[in-house]
Amino acid sequence: MKLVTAIIKPFKLEDVKSALEAIGVRGMTVSESSGFGRQGGHTEVYRGAEYTVDLVPKVRLEILIDSERLDEVLDAITKAAHTGKIGDGKVWVTAVEEVIRVRTGERGVDAL
Amino acid sequence: MESALNTGDTAWMLTATAMVLLMIPGLALFYGGMVRSKSVLNMLMMVMGSLFVVGVLWVLFGYSMTFGTDIGGVVGDPTQFLGLESLMADDPEATLPVMAFVAFQGMFACLTVGLIAGAIPDRTKFNGWLIFGGIWAVLVYFPVAHSVWASGGWIFEMGVIDFAGGTAVHINAGAAALALAIVIGKRAGWPKTPMRPHNLTLVMIGAGLLWFGWFGFNAGSALAANNASAVVFLNTFAATCAAAIGWLVVEKLRDGHMTTLGAASGIVAGLVGITPACSAVSPIGALIVGVLAGVICALAVSMKYRFGYDDSLDVVGVHLVGGLLGTLLIGFLATDLAPAGVNGLFYGGGAQQLGKQAIGAFSVLAYSFVVALIIGLILKAAGIMRISREDELSGIDLAEHAESAYELGDSGGSGHFVGIGAGSVRRDREEI
Repeated sequence: MKLVTAIIKPFKLEDVKSALEAIGVRGMTVSESSGFGRQGGHTEVYRGAEYTVDLVPKVRLEILIDSERLDEVLDAITKAAHTGKIGDGKVWVTAVEEVIRVRTGERGVDAL
Repeated sequence: MESALNTGDTAWMLTATAMVLLMIPGLALFYGGMVRSKSVLNMLMMVMGSLFVVGVLWVLFGYSMTFGTDIGGVVGDPTQFLGLESLMADDPEATLPVMAFVAFQGMFACLTVGLIAGAIPDRTKFNGWLIFGGIWAVLVYFPVAHSVWASGGWIFEMGVIDFAGGTAVHINAGAAALALAIVIGKRAGWPKTPMRPHNLTLVMIGAGLLWFGWFGFNAGSALAANNASAVVFLNTFAATCAAAIGWLVVEKLRDGHMTTLGAASGIVAGLVGITPACSAVSPIGALIVGVLAGVICALAVSMKYRFGYDDSLDVVGVHLVGGLLGTLLIGFLATDLAPAGVNGLFYGGGAQQLGKQAIGAFSVLAYSFVVALIIGLILKAAGIMRISREDELSGIDLAEHAESAYELGDSGGSGHFVGIGAGSVRRDREEI
């Protein structure tokens, strides 16, 4: 099993979610997050005082999947989240030892 | 004997008084949205607190110090209307019950003290602030309001026009704000650390409530429901629209964007500018006062970075500068067609009125600044003016009020009820 974590532009969330649903991914965790990479921040002006805001708002998706489906899922996310402009985000994959569904006690792939 | 009471005037003045009261929570929201989320409750409390303290002082002896029999041109007899008991009787010759006037003027005292709070958020001890506000009201506001507005007051008798409080309210509060910002010092990290407004929606709601209430403040200062109050009402409206445009144009040219904070600030700058002048200028004059207030205040708020004083929410840049501007512009733009009936420099009245306006304005500025500085220094020496650096960094709301403004998550911060009264948590832990 794998944990796929994707940091994407907030307005791309719906596209990525639809793309994952279309290939049968049945759950994900989404959180609002912020950070910076090569895109850097932006500037804001309050009563003439200019501030740099380094942390850019992003959406963080976490998806637990069967290892066999990894390429398919990565492909769906990167295609749907792509704009070609700086700040599109990153996707990374982590190995997962165990997954348990709280309601039934199922373990492993059955719990996905 | 038949009563001379004018019910129209009375109804309007009671309404106007309630409108001025609404300016105080309006000001609290206007300021509250501009501070960071860890200090918004303290900001609300500072403004509301001035209402509580000064309201009580006003009833006890503040009204009497302001509108009692003149003593030396500078203050009213504080014992004359002590406790206001003597003013309850129905006076058949009065067109307006004196209590309506007492209540209306009381709101001005409370609001003026509240304005000062904008210079010193995030870092001022709440009890120190309340003590300062009370002492400043007694030593500065009551005598100054007497001098400016009461029969026998030296500024009033000189013929200075201050219809609704450019000098008595805005210059007065702005000068005290500058003194306190200097005494209390900068916020930790200012100006390097970003201190962005945490909620501009609150700021605009506050500006809207201030604008609404300001019609009571200005048009109510006619003390009647008559032609003068209607002219003042319209002038207040005209100047405010023009000021918002003035501020936004400065921003567009200087910074590239017209901002929400700029619009809200322009509204307040215009209201401040027209406050002294609303009875003395034509509607076109009001537009000129407004646009100048918007432009000049938009430029003035950057002074603090040059001079290095942390007037956090620009009480100096908006209220002191805007108040001075409106007060002095009367000397140029006053027309005898307006209710005040005086001609300024541009209407062939010569420089005489301008001279009077300047003397009144700068005298109040100097007096308020010096006395606020002295009160502030004494309270600072007594150790009740500023919270610790640790408390300031972690947030004054928690340190001074044991509350946090926003709980947006479902987890509710987690934790459990311990007991009634302070010290419950400590006792609970000791038992374990």
